[in-house]
Amino acid sequence: MSSGTRGDGTPILETDGLQKTFGGLTAVDRVDYRLPRGDIQCLIGPNGAGKSTFFGLLTGKLRPTGGTIRYNGEDITGLMPHERVRRGISLKFQTLNIYEELRVSENLRVPCQRRDEDTRTLIEEVADLVDLTGKLDQPVDTLSYGEQQWLEIGMSIAVDPELLLLDEPTAGMTVEETERTGELIQTLVETRDMTALVVEHDIDFVRQIAEQVTVLHNGEVFRQGTIEDVAEDPEVKRIYLGEEYGGD
Amino acid sequence: MSEKKPTLPGNEFLPSIVVDGLDRVFAPFNGPNTIGNSPIFWIAFLLVALVALAYPAVTTPFRVLNTTGYVVWIFLALSLTLIWGYTGIFSFGQTAFFGLGGYTFGVVAKNLVQVTGATNLALLAAVVLPAVFAVVVGYFMFYGRVSGVYVAIITLAVTLILELLFGRTAGPQYTIGAAELGGFNGMTNIPSLAFGIEPVLVELDPVPMYYFVVGLLIAGYLALRYVVNSNYGYVLIAVRENEARTEMFGYDIRKIKLQAFAIGGAMAGLSGALFASWNNFISPPVMGIVTAALPVIWVTVGGRQTILGAIFGALGLQFLDSELAAAGSEFSVVALGVILLGVILYFSDGVVPAIASRIEDRIGSSPDESVVLEESDA
Repeated sequence: MSSGTRGDGTPILETDGLQKTFGGLTAVDRVDYRLPRGDIQCLIGPNGAGKSTFFGLLTGKLRPTGGTIRYNGEDITGLMPHERVRRGISLKFQTLNIYEELRVSENLRVPCQRRDEDTRTLIEEVADLVDLTGKLDQPVDTLSYGEQQWLEIGMSIAVDPELLLLDEPTAGMTVEETERTGELIQTLVETRDMTALVVEHDIDFVRQIAEQVTVLHNGEVFRQGTIEDVAEDPEVKRIYLGEEYGGD
Repeated sequence: MSEKKPTLPGNEFLPSIVVDGLDRVFAPFNGPNTIGNSPIFWIAFLLVALVALAYPAVTTPFRVLNTTGYVVWIFLALSLTLIWGYTGIFSFGQTAFFGLGGYTFGVVAKNLVQVTGATNLALLAAVVLPAVFAVVVGYFMFYGRVSGVYVAIITLAVTLILELLFGRTAGPQYTIGAAELGGFNGMTNIPSLAFGIEPVLVELDPVPMYYFVVGLLIAGYLALRYVVNSNYGYVLIAVRENEARTEMFGYDIRKIKLQAFAIGGAMAGLSGALFASWNNFISPPVMGIVTAALPVIWVTVGGRQTILGAIFGALGLQFLDSELAAAGSEFSVVALGVILLGVILYFSDGVVPAIASRIEDRIGSSPDESVVLEESDA
């Protein structure tokens, strides 16, 4: 695992007092968060911590009850999802979200053709990145689950984002596939001048990829730091595993 | 990446110069989103077009007139194929735009034909006004995030309301210039199509009208093939397959759905205008629930995700309906229902894709594969 930031430390993404309530439930509670450009950071927390709601607010799927989101210094709080994507934010969904009736190349074609470059060349380039070059003509249901996840990661980077949001990208993958996915994300960030924010439960995977980890709990930022600091924190253990496994 | 052309069925029997020539000419219309991309298919297409051109010479004027009547409705089916089959918007009220197109044509034509002698502007208005109406209806639906079955309910309600409104236009107070709307009795004496500017006028009596609508159908078929195999067509299909995923590629799905809905409205309006000019008459039941169900049945039976399915579904079922009625059966609508059920149970994708699939299995190669990345970008 690397430490420190790859970029100049300027934030690509900032949230100030970001809040989302559903009726009487506060899912995200005044979250202040900074993501430095060039980093890979992870967002962890027990179920119901507010991670997916936080992602929903970042992508524009959900409207915040309060607070602001700034991307590259611009207030994007009121923008539609597609407007955020056009500014450089891309998302790999929590559940597999590909075009199940189409072939691999067609799945990649839809995001690639939004760019001004040659679509065919882009498809080949992205397929190569996610190890699907030999499977472009195949229907996606002939791919393994891990390959389908990589396809969606490929589709997410095909729009050439600056900020890649990955919501549990290794869910359902084998150990080998998980490790390969970690390498893929690191390669993407290093070679394509990207920043990545990853929601993940697998601590080994988090250890593999992330410089900094943010723990969400009850919608609030509970801890921030390196994975070693966070993993050893008795309070973090307590919220993950329950009182009897926690620290003092 | 595979650059190979598909192994096309039967191509080995054709001289390579013919294969290359047909490939080159029809390349913009080929792609995996349409049935039939091989030179053999295009030869069959040209033969069918020739037969259609020769048809008036070998049959009676009455049959030509009837066939024209079937063809004008095909544009309504095609409008539904574009917005439902390719974009995933299930409109149960395409007849609203059909009826609006027909009435617009009637009103404008009856007023202007006395001045100019032609119906050019009437036809244009009958395409533009339904498209604008589709934009208004679609704006509230798609920007209001209405989707799925609610679109079907709203569009059905719109067509039924229009039927009701036009049904209440009896009496001289509902006269626009020289055009009396006529309530449930409908608008009569609508002029036939006539193009040009006086003194150079071409009136489309039955045979020229037949050639005009068949020509429009061929042009419309090719245009739709071009669109659905283009980048834009892929976006329509992407919206149909997964709206949330497509939006997160930076596409404004509300706008894309609105555009498709407006194009569908224009096509349905064109269909209505052709119907009104062919029939010289239009009345509110063209916007009623029975008529509203017809394009849904035609497209479902033919194959909603194929252009050919809409054409053969509309043509075949109208012909069947007409023949049953002529034979004295009072149950032609029941026959339609039985056919619909049978197709849903045994050929859920429609008859045309099922036949295409059989042909493909027999020949042992897909005419549609490996062309995803062929240059068909619009």
